[in-house]
Amino acid sequence: MPSSTIPPAAARGYDDLPALLALLRSDAKHDPSAASTIDVHWVLYDRILRVAPETADDPERDRLLLSKGHGPASFYAVLAAKGFLPADALAGFGGFDSPLGHHPDAALIAGVEIASGSLGHGLPIAVGRALALRATGRSEPRVVCVLGDGELAEGSNHEAIALAGRLGLERLLAVVVDNGSATYGWPGGIAGRFASEGWTTASARARDHDALEHALLGGSPGRPHAVVARVEA
Amino acid sequence: MESMRERFTRVTAHALDEDPRIALVLADIGVDTFERAGVTARHPERVINVGIREQLMIGVAAGLAQEGLRPVAHSYAPFLVERPFEQIKLDLGHQDAGAVLVSIGASYDAAEEGRTHQAPGDIALLATIPGFGLHVPGHPDEAGELLTRELARSGRAYVRLSSEGNAAPHPVEQLTIVRRGRAGSPFVLAVGPTLDEVVAATADLAVTVAYTSTIAPFPAAELRAAVPGTDVAIVEPYLAGTSAAALADALRERPHRLLALGVPAVELRRYGTGRQHRAAYGLDAAGIRRSLDAFLGGGALAA
Repeated sequence: MPSSTIPPAAARGYDDLPALLALLRSDAKHDPSAASTIDVHWVLYDRILRVAPETADDPERDRLLLSKGHGPASFYAVLAAKGFLPADALAGFGGFDSPLGHHPDAALIAGVEIASGSLGHGLPIAVGRALALRATGRSEPRVVCVLGDGELAEGSNHEAIALAGRLGLERLLAVVVDNGSATYGWPGGIAGRFASEGWTTASARARDHDALEHALLGGSPGRPHAVVARVEA
Repeated sequence: MESMRERFTRVTAHALDEDPRIALVLADIGVDTFERAGVTARHPERVINVGIREQLMIGVAAGLAQEGLRPVAHSYAPFLVERPFEQIKLDLGHQDAGAVLVSIGASYDAAEEGRTHQAPGDIALLATIPGFGLHVPGHPDEAGELLTRELARSGRAYVRLSSEGNAAPHPVEQLTIVRRGRAGSPFVLAVGPTLDEVVAATADLAVTVAYTSTIAPFPAAELRAAVPGTDVAIVEPYLAGTSAAALADALRERPHRLLALGVPAVELRRYGTGRQHRAAYGLDAAGIRRSLDAFLGGGALAA
């Protein structure tokens, strides 16, 4: 599909995402992951995060750390919709000269906070970011980490969940995209893993944007917040 | 004399007091030391103990660096380098985040603790990650100077502290000619704490002895200028052969023979002392001499 059928960034909405995703379609293998996260990325960038292309380097911006770098098509599509990426860049997805790979590289894309792909790296880095903001007296920016329910199996996440809870990193928000892909599941629920370490938690269906927004805006002072966003497998 | 570890504490505590960019990340090891130094109380936001969570220690260091701080992460070498190696590769290397990693324990300082506390492979592992300055100080003064320099920078660095060392310090980040042999003489490069043993091993040999406490960036040009002949030996206090490729590359235009001594890749399964391990690995003066004699065919005796 020619990108000329896609409106300019300032005018793009949720309904333009399928056209942007279509530009990335060579990545058929990763499509299920892409579909599972598109609502989460859209609601975060459209309603929650205080960051725009022109403030991507502002120290007071909110930081979105995509830990679940597998299947980044929806992430790229939302970045393009919001003007962080030119829509033209999507078509080269995965090519030698493209800044967009099957796992994102922050060094190649303005506005992307971390490189990801290997699972279980984002949340520990996000904890470091939140500690840095605390150490430098920045109390406004949020550090948001998007991870997957399967990824949650990596032990490094549980190191981060424990410490963030004990230290009360209130600017930290973990969003677990739950498409039921964890091999052995999470008896007692994903939210409970966070709650037992002192986090506040909320859950929502990702397709219900108002409910997801409400969940993302939850939390209470002195505690990190985790949202389980349920999506179709 | 102050140990390397004590010097590290003093230099880092001073840096925390003087430079608001400095942040220290610990995983329980070293926490008491820094509390006694008073910096934990003075800078509670920048002295961060993550508990026994080494993957998190490196991830947190990366996050701090991405926000403009200068993180220092510290533990026993195997827990600092080997356990969270992918975090070092990706969170620091691939994210292009800077940090100063400072280890204790080296190859066999913790001989009584056993293999779990020994990391002869640390330098070889870190050499696979682009952009790491790799420092192996042989004296507390060198450790202090290297730390001070790296804390003022923004890149990735590893400072490998040891309870082994030499009686006297040498200038850091340069090749030092300790003893000059005659034209064409064999050349022995001692790395970090091996120097005094190398000097003792070669006291009656007509060889050139050089010293470095920095192995990356590798001092290739200085080395080419310093090697007088074709016989070259390197003595490293960690995995044997770690710098052999860099050394061979530095001399690629010249015919040469290379002997690379270091800790062999074996499971010794002994406790005891570091001195005993050093002897078992052939890295004491007697062992180095045996290897040199075999390599040089006994032809290096001074006239």
